[in-house]
Amino acid sequence: MCKAIVYVTLREGVLDPQGQAVQGALHSLGFREVTGVRVGKYLEVNLGTADKAEAESRVRDMCEKLLANPVIEDYRFEIVEG
Amino acid sequence: MRAAVIVFPGSNADVDMYQAVEDVMQVPVDYVWHSETDLSAYELILLPGGFSYGDYLRSGAVARFSPVMEAVVREAAAGKLVLGVCNGFQILLEAGLLPGAMLRNRSLKFRCTMSRLRVVNAQTPFTREYRDQEVIEIPIAHGEGNYFCDAATLARLRANQQIVFRYEGENPNGSLDDIAGICNERGNVLGMMPHPERAVHDWMGSADGQRIFRSILTTWRERHRAATHA
Repeated sequence: MCKAIVYVTLREGVLDPQGQAVQGALHSLGFREVTGVRVGKYLEVNLGTADKAEAESRVRDMCEKLLANPVIEDYRFEIVEG
Repeated sequence: MRAAVIVFPGSNADVDMYQAVEDVMQVPVDYVWHSETDLSAYELILLPGGFSYGDYLRSGAVARFSPVMEAVVREAAAGKLVLGVCNGFQILLEAGLLPGAMLRNRSLKFRCTMSRLRVVNAQTPFTREYRDQEVIEIPIAHGEGNYFCDAATLARLRANQQIVFRYEGENPNGSLDDIAGICNERGNVLGMMPHPERAVHDWMGSADGQRIFRSILTTWRERHRAATHA
């Protein structure tokens, strides 16, 4: 069976207050080399199919409809053996 | 006129909204569960604040697929008045009834305080009882009210007078262009982060929210009169 690993990230240029907070915390811990942090979402979606091509088209649809908001977010995913 | 307060799992400002309608508008109002599919009996649809579906994934993202939302889209297209407050605003954005999206507050803090708003457009069905450019006080309570849209959308919002409220003085969430509330192009759908239903009596700290409900009533009476005299 297939499993989709989906990454949802804020689009470039969209303010990421969470990322900024994490960057600030890393700086205060002494990790001065950190020049930027972006926080995103990681989802594992188990699919009841073994057909990789079908899985891919279904997951793309899921991303477009629900998992990502195209106004502020980008997505990418990979299909793996679940 | 009959009003519907839509209740999603996680709505928590539904009772405030219901009571504001009863107190100020004195019209029949019903709670309508999110699984309902017919809103044709209602002239006013209210999407209250709260945390529908726990705000999982993104605020409003799951609620937008509730069965009732198809009816909300249908009635909005028919010209009925739809008001979304706080989480209700987020749901309207996710549903595409209003453009843009919400980001976390720039400060990362949940802000619960009185906010000062400028009425930028006092010509909408929801704001006609205000004076143009009047500054009013209405409370906010949100962690994700940082309104965002792309440059082309912002230009369109400005050109069409769709920006209805802006924060005056301090912007509590970092929203683009100090936006606190916007309407659709036709003007019958309004989304706003501040809670007018929590400012309808002086003892609440402000009664400035009253005039949203009175504006709606004035609009409806006018439309109703026009319809009966036609």
